[in-house]
Amino acid sequence: MGTATLPASNKSWVDKLPIISHLKMSSGLQRGMLISGLALTGLFLIAAIFAPLIAPFDFAQSGNANGDFPRQAAPGGDFIWGTTSGGYDVFSRTIFGAQTAIFVIIAAVVMSLFLGVLLGLVSGYLGGWFDRIAVMLSDAIYAFPSLLLAIVMSIVISQGQSKVFGGVMAAAISITVVFIPQYFRVVRAEVMRLKAEPFVESAQVIGASPWRVMFTHLLRNATRTLPLIFTLNATEALLTLAGLGFLGFGIEPTSASEWGYDLNRAMSDATSGIWWTGLFPGLAIVVTVLGMTLVGESMNDLNDPRLRRFSRKKAKRITEAGVGA
Amino acid sequence: MTITSPPGQVPSPLAAPKPAKQKGGGFLRYVITRFLLIIPTVFILITVVFFLMRVTGDPITAALGGRLTPDQLAERIHEAGYDRPLFIQYFEYLGQIFTGNLGRTLTDNTAVTDILTTYGAATLELAINAVLVALIVGIPLGLVAAKFRDRYPDAILRVLAILAYATPVFFAGLLLKLIFGVWLHWLPIAGRADWQTELQLTTLQAPTGIYWLDALRSGNMEAFVNVTQHAILPAIALGLLTGGVFLRLVRTNAIGTLGREYVEAGRSRGVSEFRLTTKHAYRPALIPIITVMGMQIALLLGGAVLTETTFEWKGLGFKLAEYLTARDFVAVQGIVVLLAIIVAFTNFIVDILAALIDPRVRY
Repeated sequence: MGTATLPASNKSWVDKLPIISHLKMSSGLQRGMLISGLALTGLFLIAAIFAPLIAPFDFAQSGNANGDFPRQAAPGGDFIWGTTSGGYDVFSRTIFGAQTAIFVIIAAVVMSLFLGVLLGLVSGYLGGWFDRIAVMLSDAIYAFPSLLLAIVMSIVISQGQSKVFGGVMAAAISITVVFIPQYFRVVRAEVMRLKAEPFVESAQVIGASPWRVMFTHLLRNATRTLPLIFTLNATEALLTLAGLGFLGFGIEPTSASEWGYDLNRAMSDATSGIWWTGLFPGLAIVVTVLGMTLVGESMNDLNDPRLRRFSRKKAKRITEAGVGA
Repeated sequence: MTITSPPGQVPSPLAAPKPAKQKGGGFLRYVITRFLLIIPTVFILITVVFFLMRVTGDPITAALGGRLTPDQLAERIHEAGYDRPLFIQYFEYLGQIFTGNLGRTLTDNTAVTDILTTYGAATLELAINAVLVALIVGIPLGLVAAKFRDRYPDAILRVLAILAYATPVFFAGLLLKLIFGVWLHWLPIAGRADWQTELQLTTLQAPTGIYWLDALRSGNMEAFVNVTQHAILPAIALGLLTGGVFLRLVRTNAIGTLGREYVEAGRSRGVSEFRLTTKHAYRPALIPIITVMGMQIALLLGGAVLTETTFEWKGLGFKLAEYLTARDFVAVQGIVVLLAIIVAFTNFIVDILAALIDPRVRY
């Protein structure tokens, strides 16, 4: 990760960055998992960022100057992954799908992070009736199938304001609502624990306002475990987006490319043995989720001393046994 | 979610206040308290769903907006009472639900409760099949992974488990359909049975709706084979998803129990490694599975909606997707509320089971 070339003064905080510190901690199999996860996630990011450069055609392009594209053409020639029944290029749509995915993931995670952390802080610190209602609500939502809730939310959003927000934003908001309780619970639990700590009490004694205590003293301490939830939620956001798209609640094929929707279209193709329309968007989902899960998993293991495999001696023994990464 | 919850920490499906610590009281008290906790959960969900669905407009405009003139539309809205204040509608809706009436669908005017009786059995059958697949796959492989912790079998199995989680059920379903249905011609790719078999089974006296059970009762082996063939692919698609979760859970817990002193004691007495793993370490590692099963119900139902759509398996999820496409939001709301109630009750049952098996839960 290029940390060695950095001046010594910078080393301290670079080493503390979540992923880099985890890389340093890891060894053997765990390092292998972390690195392959990072590689897959990197692939996804590259596809998303450089989609217009990588994809030969536009995602909603079904013809060019030479006329319409062939329909359901097998992979080969101009269309390396074939074309769909609508004449779209599968490769281009899959690459552009990464863009949609990353936008929804970022929007959903950022929004739920913001709202969830805020609610968790206020609810945990101030307590009272607000806390009780918030906990009840979040518990009820938490126990509910998230896909169903996302469906309800997308009905709410796309019924009223679909033209203002666009399908992508609607999907992101639907997913946000599902995730708020998760952040809320984690942050609230942490705040409840920290509330009794001496440093909070001393701040109160000095006369710090509740807001100051919450946002300067508690916020930093209560959000330590969030990077982990972040990676987990990113994968769930993607899977929920694909699920919504598969049920036809996704994004119009002409406004953006979405993997779940493409898979929905591909279901009928599969019956007649046309595999390329479904295989590639599906693989894209799997690769992306797999990459992010591997990163999250490894970070989780490395954060837990009971699961961490970091001693050199042990690592050496594993390598000698021929099982090292 | 449960996927990477740290070992030893079993997330309770409902983190609502646990009953206070009591020395006596015991099981019955726990059952009653836990049962009473269903009410607020269901009530909150019904309220949330009701207001969310109504915030943006009435269902009649959504379903029939393009097809009727504004006058006809207004008349229909007035007839159904959607022009009254929201709170009056809400209390009326609560009253209806209380009497077991979840409303009638707009598009085909069926009672939502009838949808449950007609299609519920199919979803139940799919869920049972999927859990069976998940247990068959998850438990033995989880034990293998625990036994070979941090070595190749473990690494491969862990990656496979993540892969099972990373693959959306509908993509798994698509691949299974392609491979076993279209290319190999081994198994049918859609529906719950051939139409002849289906006809035969539905004309049975007092059918349960669970096809393999009905086929067995009728003694028609041909029908049974047919039904089983149809059930295999959907069960695998949905079961692998849950199976991956089980595998990880068994692995984590078996690692915990394998390190215990009583296992060491068994080893010193000369108990074979196989027996140690499959008998001694295995039982205590199962308890958390039952607790987490409650969490899985929600995942399973969400997955069932997608699996049923993939395989045209005519259950609740399939109907839900159909009504979604038809923009019949009364039906959608009804089915969603229905599923919420089912989830709440299943969680209750699972918690009671967990308390029966592990008395520590009760206190």
